[in-house]
Formats: sequence, C-alpha cells, structure tokens
Amino acid sequence: MELLIASAIGIMTAAGIYLVLRLRTLPVILGISLLTYAVNVFLFTSGRVTIGAPPVLRDNITTYTDPLPQALVLTAIVISFGMTAVVVMIGLGAFLGSDDDHVDDRPALPDDGSEGTS
Amino acid sequence: MTHWLIAPVVLPAILAPFIVLAARYHIGIQRVFSVVGVLILIMISGGLVWATSDGTVLLYQLGDWAAPFGIVVVGDRLSTMMVLLTVVLALFVLVYAISSGWDDRGNHFHALFQFQLMGILGAFLTGDLFNLFVFFEVLLIASYGLMIHAGGTARLRAGVQYVLFNLIGSTLFLFALGAIYAETGTLNMADLANRVALIGPEETVGIRVAAVLLLLVFAIKAALVPLHFWLPSSYAEAPAPVAALFAIMTKVGAYAIIRVYTMIFPPELAVTSGLHTTWLLPAALISLAIGMTGVLAAKKLDRLVAFSIIGSMGMVIVSIALFSPEGIAAALYYIVHSTLAGAALFLIADLVRSGRKNLDLTLQPPIAGAALTAGLYFAAAIAMAGLPPLSGFLGKLLVLDAAFDTRLMVWIWAIVLGSSLVSIVGFARAGSVLFWKATSVEVPEDAPISPAPATMSYVAIGGLVALLAAHTVFAGQMHRYTTQVAAQLFEPAPYISTVVDTPGKLSETTTEDH
Repeated sequence: MELLIASAIGIMTAAGIYLVLRLRTLPVILGISLLTYAVNVFLFTSGRVTIGAPPVLRDNITTYTDPLPQALVLTAIVISFGMTAVVVMIGLGAFLGSDDDHVDDRPALPDDGSEGTS
Repeated sequence: MTHWLIAPVVLPAILAPFIVLAARYHIGIQRVFSVVGVLILIMISGGLVWATSDGTVLLYQLGDWAAPFGIVVVGDRLSTMMVLLTVVLALFVLVYAISSGWDDRGNHFHALFQFQLMGILGAFLTGDLFNLFVFFEVLLIASYGLMIHAGGTARLRAGVQYVLFNLIGSTLFLFALGAIYAETGTLNMADLANRVALIGPEETVGIRVAAVLLLLVFAIKAALVPLHFWLPSSYAEAPAPVAALFAIMTKVGAYAIIRVYTMIFPPELAVTSGLHTTWLLPAALISLAIGMTGVLAAKKLDRLVAFSIIGSMGMVIVSIALFSPEGIAAALYYIVHSTLAGAALFLIADLVRSGRKNLDLTLQPPIAGAALTAGLYFAAAIAMAGLPPLSGFLGKLLVLDAAFDTRLMVWIWAIVLGSSLVSIVGFARAGSVLFWKATSVEVPEDAPISPAPATMSYVAIGGLVALLAAHTVFAGQMHRYTTQVAAQLFEPAPYISTVVDTPGKLSETTTEDH
C-alpha cells in the first residue's frame, strides 16, 4: 500500500516537472495540474495510511484516521482547482492577443524587454 | 481577548464583496469605501502597534478554540509593525490609483485591492503555517486580478508567467507543509517550535527536507536569486499602483523567513544546522549583486525599478541571513525603507510613462511637469541607491555594522558597497537620460501635448518620499524599535506560551494526546 502510494506520488511529480519545463502554456498548465494531484495525495498520506478507519468520533470504535490532512487536502484541492481555471483564462487571453502561446519572453515581440528574463 | 486583532483581516473581507455587489457601477462610491476602509485599517493597525509595543503578544482564537487545534491569529511587535507598514503604503497607492485614473481602466480594482490587503495582512497576523498558505493564496489570487488589470497583450503574457511561477511555488509550499505535518503532527507555529526541538538527531531527514522546501517557497516570494525570474516582467508590466503595492509582497516572503527561521528552526537548532544558516547568505549576496547590475543594464525605467527591488530584497535577506538580533533589526529598518522607496519609484515611472508613452531609456522630448517629477525621482533614487542623507544610507550602514563581526564580513562589505556604486551609476544614467538630456531634444511641431499629471498623484508620491525623510529623521527611534522587535524574536518563549497555553472552549475537558 505504502509502495503503491509513494510510487504514484513520485511518478506524477516526475511527469509534472517534465511538463512544467515545456515552453508552451498548455503543457505547463497540465504539468502544474499533475503536480497538484501529486501534492494532494502526498498531503493525504502525511497523516499516515490507515484503511477502513473513520475520521470522526463514533461509538464503539477505538482506531481513527487523522482527520486534519483530509481537511487540508480539501482546501488544497479547492485552491488549486480555482488557480488552474484562472491561469487557463489568462493564458487564453494572452494567446488570443499575441497569437503565440510560449510562456517565455520572445525577443521578437514588440514592447518587451530583453534583459534575459524568462 | 481582544477582537481588534482579527479586524485587519475581517474589514477588507467585508468591504471587498460589498464593493463588488453594491457599488459595482459607481466608481465614486467604490473609491470612497476603499479609501475610508484603508483609513480605518490605519487607525486599527496603529492601535495594534501601540498595544504590542510594550512586548505584549496578542492572541485571538477563532471560535474560542484553543491552539493547536483551533485557528489562531497572533500579533506581536513584528506582525503589527508589518501590518501598519502595509496599510500606510496602501493609502498612498490608493490615492495615486484614484488620482491617475488607473482604477477606472478595468473592472473591480477596488474589490481586488481590498482582497489583496486581506491576504497580506492575514499572512502577517496568522499563527499557523497552513493559514499562512491560505493567506498567500488569497493575496496571490487578488494579485493575479490586479496584475492583469486594464488588460493588454504584454500584460497578459507577463501575467501568465507570474501566475505559473506562483502556482509552482504554492505546490512546493504544500509539499513542505505535508512533510512538516508528517514529521511533527502539527502546523501551528508555536506548537511546531516546541515539537521540532524534540526531534532526535538520528531522524532528521524529513524535517530537514521540509525546512529547505519551506525556505525555497519563501525565497520565491522574496525574489531571491536564482528564484527571482518571475519578478522583472511581472512588476514591469503590472499597472503602476499595483506594482507599488507589490513592493510589500516581496516583504511578505522576508517576513515569513524571519518568523519561521527564528522561531521554528532557530539558527542554533541542531537538526537543521548547516542548511539555511550556511546557504542563505551567499544566495542573498548574489541577488544583491545581480539586482543592482540589472539596474545598470536595464533598457527601460520599469525594468530598472524592478531590478532595484531584487537588489534591495538581496540586501534585506543578507541582513536576515546573519541570524543575529542586530542583523534582524537592520533588516527590519531596511524593509520599511525599501518598501516605501520601491513604491515611490514605481509610481514615478508611471508619471514618466503618462508623459511620453514609453519608458525606454532613450532621448525623447521632455515630459509635462518634468521638473517636479525629476525632483521626486532624484529623492527616491537617492534613497534606493543608499546615498546620504536619506534612509537607504542609514539602513545600509546598519547592515554593514551588523555584519562587522561575522565570518563573511569581507564578502558582505565588498558586495554591498560595490553594488551600491553600480546602482548609483544606473540610477544616475536613467535620470540624466529621462530628465536632463531630454531638454536638448527638439520637440516636433505636431507633437501632441500630454497633460500634466494630477496634483494628487504628486501628493501620493510626495507623501511616500516624506515618509522616507521621516524614516531618516526618526532613524534613532525606528532603529530602537526594530531592535526591540528583534529582541522579541530571539526570545520566543512568551510568544509560544501565549499561543499554546491560553485555554479556549472545552479546554479543561480536553486531554492532550500526542
């Protein structure tokens, strides 16, 4: 179980980092989505992996799973979901305005500095 | 328990939706509510600074639930000082935004401005690492909207870079929080400080990784080289009042570094020895050098100011990275100075832009109202470059003095003084091209006459410069206060006991089970 979750987090993070390093907006956004999936699972497991145990108090039950990471994950999911929507909209606006979806500064673009920032 | 401590978060949180819902089509009403809100915030923050100035740690437990299970808001000298700095800056930025008409060039400027304030003030006041993340997100979401305010392709492209970089930063933050929670089982800062000290020397892997990840996140926020790449484009392309407000956002990163790495991971802690205490200082020195070189190399005024922000953040982090009371005190003095000077420079750049339509550092006809603008630029540039008589010089002197006894003293002195010279040349070159040599350019007959900026714009920038002057005149008092702030930071026991030991609802029946 631990191996499965750990390798899932690892593979998603690796794929996410690969995609984040691409030059065009869409792969970068997909990469960030993968990274947020990975971090959500990671946060979830930070309260230790317990199977079949309730997170809230019940009668006649002695083992519980830690409820706090679940609350943290819920917050993180909501925030990352909203952020992804925002970046898709801004990226779309930039693409429609300049007909170019590179995330780095293009030297040929007018009105753009050339101090080598990317 | 005082309820005033939560007011800097709650008031903007109420005002912003009110402005969106009730005053959406009336820019006048929006302006009134926004300015009045910021004025009330200044009064509340002044009161909080007064209440904490004797060393009291104010605690507010939301819903009366005790830490570490409940959410707490904590105000000590450092938090309240940063809160006051933010709202004072916000007032001048807001006056400029209104007088220059920036707030009317797109929708929802004032609502986003209030949400931005809510996020920044919350980040300064929270006593919990996860809520620090949440408030970071609040201020980032608002800043995404403000950053692309008034639209334009160049601004949207810079906005994409800004948002993507910060999303990666947020993901890193979550990884760090997960690692910390897995290691310690808490995210409350005071509780963490207790528990990290209990970690044995043989099981430090997780907590060391978490400490480094957290430092990376804060370094992204503070634009520390090599994590500064998001800053020049986004600050240069952002609307001027927004860029001026963003001058405080890099300081949120500096604040978080100060808070976390004096309380949770103090420099004498064995489990994280050899990490930030070793590597933060060289990185900060490199950012100082690169930032000030960027000032000299920039081809446009807005980029120049953005690089001067990177350089000044380098100076702040150099001083923080000494991890001594003198260093932190000097850093806090410099934070106040560089926030005001950076904001003033961004607003001055906008005055120049309104006169000549671009900010290229090339010879062009003089702008309308050039004399006054040039005077303000002169004062702000002197302050930013750290020449006497303004506060940049005193701040730099304090940093150099704090670094005098340290191991890397030669490097710190050499880079601080060398980069100052480079930045002076950069600022002088920009000023002479923009204002001085411009008078020798023939104005074409058919050139459109651009109107002089509004008087209130000058009042806003003049106010910031006047605050810089006051920061210089009252440098003795200010430095005494920042020394007290630093002393409180290096004696975290009262803070920790106030947060952890204050009982809340049901506390007497709760049995602690770690």
